[in-house]
Amino acid sequence: MTVKKITKSDFVRFVDALIATTKTIGVQAKGDRFDFAPLASAKDLRLDYDVTLGPPKKFFLPPAEVLLTYQVGGAYESQCDDQEFILLGVHPYDVVAISQMDELFQQDNYDAHYMTRRNNAAIIACDVARPSDHVFASSMGTAVVREGYDILLTEIGDGYVAEAATEKGEKLLAKAKGVPADSQALKKREEVWARNRKSLNKHELKCDPAYLPKLLAKAYKHPVWEEQAKTCFSCGSCNQVCPTCYCFNVQDDVSWDLQTGTRSRAWDGCLLDGFTKVAPAHEFRKSRADRFRHRLYRKAMYVPQKIGGQIACVGCGRCVGACLPDIANPVSVYNRLIDDLGLG
Amino acid sequence: MCQCCAEKKDIYLPQLATVEDVSQMNITEKYLRLSMDDGQFDFIPGQFVEVSIAGFGEAPITISSSPTLGDCFELVVRKVGRVSGAIHNLKNGDKVGIRGPLGKGVYPVEEAKGKNLVFICGGIGMVPQRSFINYVLDNRADYGDVAILQGTKSYDLRLFTPEIEAWSKRGDVQMLETLDEGDARWKGNVGVVTKLVPKVETDLKSAMILVCGPPIMYKFVLMALAERDVPHQNIFLNLERKMKCGIGKCGHCQINNAYVCMSGPVFQYSDLASLPEAI
Repeated sequence: MTVKKITKSDFVRFVDALIATTKTIGVQAKGDRFDFAPLASAKDLRLDYDVTLGPPKKFFLPPAEVLLTYQVGGAYESQCDDQEFILLGVHPYDVVAISQMDELFQQDNYDAHYMTRRNNAAIIACDVARPSDHVFASSMGTAVVREGYDILLTEIGDGYVAEAATEKGEKLLAKAKGVPADSQALKKREEVWARNRKSLNKHELKCDPAYLPKLLAKAYKHPVWEEQAKTCFSCGSCNQVCPTCYCFNVQDDVSWDLQTGTRSRAWDGCLLDGFTKVAPAHEFRKSRADRFRHRLYRKAMYVPQKIGGQIACVGCGRCVGACLPDIANPVSVYNRLIDDLGLG
Repeated sequence: MCQCCAEKKDIYLPQLATVEDVSQMNITEKYLRLSMDDGQFDFIPGQFVEVSIAGFGEAPITISSSPTLGDCFELVVRKVGRVSGAIHNLKNGDKVGIRGPLGKGVYPVEEAKGKNLVFICGGIGMVPQRSFINYVLDNRADYGDVAILQGTKSYDLRLFTPEIEAWSKRGDVQMLETLDEGDARWKGNVGVVTKLVPKVETDLKSAMILVCGPPIMYKFVLMALAERDVPHQNIFLNLERKMKCGIGKCGHCQINNAYVCMSGPVFQYSDLASLPEAI
């Protein structure tokens, strides 16, 4: 596969060429923060960002999407969004999260709504240029990735090293003017990787992430769940900003003529009160502490069992920044458990 | 490229079924017999369907009839919310959407062959149990003793009364019934369903025990069975939860690491040791 070195000015032309042919979603400034949004011009792209407000999952699993339409009393019809698009500037930890979601939405029952969007997307990843305030990707082994993207960009001073990883990426990269990356450029890229493997670590996990399922296996009744959840607002912000939270609710809406309608799904959150409520009034996970524990068990025990042991927390740190009472930080909780229960 | 409409099946797309028969069973329960418009419908007792009422939504309902009934299937629905309320308004000939049958945790139809069976039902817990009960009775020679314990809150909430009467008269079924609240019209047992356990004639320790009822009932039934040293692998519990998507994605029915819609709704008690949220 091609590995090119592209100058900054050629890179701008490359991005504008992508925008001209395909819907391109890239990282842009939003106030003093950053987020993914459709790009109108390469000059709006900010690959020097630290972290985006929301994870890129919304382009595959939108906050709300129509699954079906129907005639009242008649047949149902599938709806899907099948527009091709490019997702530009995805950080490695988010690439890992997308790969995990891909596996979850394909296994057991293939979710064509998610997978249609996913298969229509080209992912252009970029290595982190600036660590965010709460990133701990180094601790989770997600600071650098070598799969899960179509093209990987790494900024090396005066330009980018761009490596195609798939046929889709190869075709896109053919539009970029550049030279084959020389050993000096590749060495600089290695230096970026070496730096990021260590520096994306504002919170340091005291164990190998692979140990977390074992740690949780003995932590179910630990007082930390109750202690942390005492100040939880049950607002679900941690669910919303998490790149690997994918729980959803489904609801019907009828149009004004009462003849047709839509069935939609929308993000839901296991921290929200009522998530497990059934009619008439029984709630299976009623206590805040139980819901708080459930989220962290999903990240480091339950979901890993479904995806070959991969830990479903990728260290983006978004929940740490989003949580108003400051209790969501997974590293604080896991480290506390390690302190109390040891590593044996 | 659009996969939902092309090579891949859309797992959220209901198929149409027609209401063949409908009747009000008591003040809260409605009986429905449905048949799929595209014909055949194969399921195993314990499986559920997602019933769609366009404009109202979907609700998971466990099938109440036995597969031996033929191509149609029966549901019994309590009116408690939006979707179940709309189900109660259905008339003969109306169309509903059906996804399913769903659930891989089913009644031990094969493993139970040759064994004695004890069904413990609380209230509308009888509804899913009835699927396996009728399957057993339609294949009577394949199974050992059958005891059915039914506890109901009050006289007017009793379900399937003609069927229960027929079972009582068969001679090859021990039918025990109790009401939580006594009633002038009721001459039988009064008290909770666990009070019937000592009356079971079959040896409980070697029997397969099948339990379905309100969440609170499980604790007391399990205590009663523990007193008689019933091995945990012989106890099967129907753990209904909020199976919203029914296909292991949406997260609502998850008990620790198990999705009820995938691993259940029927669970072997010995498998629940690792699921503290189950009971």
